[in-house]
Amino acid sequence: MVSATAPVPTQEKGTKRHTSFNEGTGRLAALLLSPTLIVLVLVVVYPILSALRESLYTSGQRIDDSGFIIQGSEFVGLDNFSAIFSGETGDRFWNAFYNTTFFTVTCVVLETVLGVAMALVMHKAFKGRAVVRATILVPWAIPTVVSALLWKWIFQADGIANSVLGTQILWSTEGWQSVLSVIIADTWKTAPFIGLLVLAGLQTIPGEVYEAAKVDGASVWQTFVRITLPLVKPALLVAVLFRILDTLRLFDLPYVLVGPNKESVETLSILAFLEANQTRYGPAAAYATLLFVYVAVVAYVFVRVLGADVIGEAAQKKPKKNGNGKGRGRGQGEQDASKPTLLPGLTAGGGGGGA
Amino acid sequence: MRFERSHTRKAVALAVASSLVLLASACGGDDGETGGDSGSTGAAALEGKGPINFATGKDTSGNLTNQVAAWNSQHPDEKVTVTELPESADQQRAQMISNAQIKSDAFSVLNLDVVWTAEFAANRWITELPADQFPDLSKLLPSTLDTAKYRDKLYAVPVTSDGGLLYYRKDLLDKAGVQPPTTWEEMVAACAKVKALPEAKNIGCYAGQFEKYEGLTVNFSEAVNGAKGVVVGDDGKPNVDTPEALAGLTALVEGFKTGFIPKAAITYQEEPGRRAFQEGNLLFHRNWPYVYALANKTDGSSKIAGKFAVAPLPGLNGPGTSTLGGHNYAISEFTKNKATAAEFIKFMSSEERQKANVEKTSQAPTWASLYDDPALNKQFPYLAPLKASIETAKSRPKVVKYGDVTTAIQEAAYGALTGTTPPKDALATLQTKLSTLITQ
Repeated sequence: MVSATAPVPTQEKGTKRHTSFNEGTGRLAALLLSPTLIVLVLVVVYPILSALRESLYTSGQRIDDSGFIIQGSEFVGLDNFSAIFSGETGDRFWNAFYNTTFFTVTCVVLETVLGVAMALVMHKAFKGRAVVRATILVPWAIPTVVSALLWKWIFQADGIANSVLGTQILWSTEGWQSVLSVIIADTWKTAPFIGLLVLAGLQTIPGEVYEAAKVDGASVWQTFVRITLPLVKPALLVAVLFRILDTLRLFDLPYVLVGPNKESVETLSILAFLEANQTRYGPAAAYATLLFVYVAVVAYVFVRVLGADVIGEAAQKKPKKNGNGKGRGRGQGEQDASKPTLLPGLTAGGGGGGA
Repeated sequence: MRFERSHTRKAVALAVASSLVLLASACGGDDGETGGDSGSTGAAALEGKGPINFATGKDTSGNLTNQVAAWNSQHPDEKVTVTELPESADQQRAQMISNAQIKSDAFSVLNLDVVWTAEFAANRWITELPADQFPDLSKLLPSTLDTAKYRDKLYAVPVTSDGGLLYYRKDLLDKAGVQPPTTWEEMVAACAKVKALPEAKNIGCYAGQFEKYEGLTVNFSEAVNGAKGVVVGDDGKPNVDTPEALAGLTALVEGFKTGFIPKAAITYQEEPGRRAFQEGNLLFHRNWPYVYALANKTDGSSKIAGKFAVAPLPGLNGPGTSTLGGHNYAISEFTKNKATAAEFIKFMSSEERQKANVEKTSQAPTWASLYDDPALNKQFPYLAPLKASIETAKSRPKVVKYGDVTTAIQEAAYGALTGTTPPKDALATLQTKLSTLITQ
């Protein structure tokens, strides 16, 4: 929330008026929001704190003399965490960390390229556009586990992939084959999601901008790079952020498509699941906590560095752009459209025009 | 003062956060250690009669409803409701565990895989059964009864069993004039002779289950036991780094290297292997009895209906040893009606019920005399080799942390079979790992 602690003189009157109009609505707002907040706290915050607590304990690991498991949990502090980083478990952890990061980077880049292409196709008006739109969205509609099973059948040793390619690649064995199979299945499933969000962004671009570009003699590529991409950037960045967060938690595809305990495709979520499956809830919670921290850090960096406009702050900030130095010039979106950008979408400015 | 920017807002947030942390820690498990009562003096008598719930995996045969209906008609006050869990064994186990951890009485009788007995017994999720309430135990196959015990105490009753069989193409062996093999070398020689035939030039010789999952543990144990080695000895201590075990594992590794085992077999679970055999792409195939009925189907799904037969598994230099599969029925610790549950288990494991089940589902029974029944033998020609298989079968390690043990075995076996690890190193690493895991 923006705090107007050092308001510019011209705004003070406005702030005061603002205050007297909204006086007391803070409490009412808190009251009306409290049911939702309580549910969110119970469903989101409590499990996170509970998992944090669980990661500091261990239970059910020791057997007494007559062969029964000793009940109750024991406080072990950060032992679960230090165990993750040491020895063979450490190697496995860093391998999973590398796999998770690799999948995220590769899959998201591919999905973005394909998604934007799909959105551009869906945006054009042509005969059968509705059918094309529906077909493109089908993979996204299928539950991930179901699509993992479908691709598992396709990638079997005697499956369709080998028949069509004329090869005998063993897709579920260790090595580049299993990685490729996961990437293909994941991109197939989620490129439509990015396509959908980017399509929404494309539809907010007014046609006059394109006409002006045509009048100025811009080529197709120049129009795309200097008009379409910057204006679609807020939607695109949100979609990319969502996909990054989702792929960091990748579990179903490697687990179902390739199988557990395969180090080529093992991700951090799989490690947490395998520990929980062996009723070792302390280490499982520790893995889950580490993954949570990783995802939170990535999300924070993404929002700060790339300025993904996740909660629509750019529209709010516009009137204050002369006042605060904050926001790294987020209110300057209008002029960005014509600025040459080397890497579209990766500049620090906000996409104010598309909000 | 506006709530949003007052300093009480920070205090409230802090209070909420800290109360949540306290709540989380308070609601967590207790910090104490409560050991079990050491040296229990025999199982307590089972009490409580009333309706019960039977938790079992997906009933692929369709016969379970008939069995339960027979019970329900005889016991209208103690009705049994069947809860079908997912088909995958892992998911069945996960659901039974989560049910047990909240001490719920939703499940009364559990249909456990043979390898889960130790884990469920040690965690006190199933009740010890008083042997005097189950008088017919002596009529069951001893090797199956062994899987239902933990530390020599009875915790479940075996109701179905499973042993590995060697399926082979009788038509091709007859054409090549070869007898069904009884050792690994005979199998290799037989395949060489069959491959000389023009119609079998490109056939795969042998496949089992070699994907990295529980089936690999089964096949690895069979290879090791068939070479007269052990994974876990009779004293309960692991002893897998022996020349015998190495010989067994090396036979499989060499099989992959020489092409005796087709490369694709490294991805085979039960179903892909069965499909390859049914398509006529395999000469020898190690699988469970369920394949028999499916491979004999004349509806066009099997290209080898009537052309195959079964034999006991071949070992390295003599007859082989199958790994024991099957299911046991146990009573959940948290159910109220344990007496009814015990009666139901006795009912389902009785000779009459097991016979009816075999006829409809071809699942291997545990009642010993059923294997000698002439009518059943006529209907199921594989009963005789199956009995031999089960009687000499060895069970997998009976360990509380079975999941870790099987993962370690899979790791070693898969590494050796894919050529990533030399077999000797794989066994040495496995021995070290098992020694740390199996300390009871």
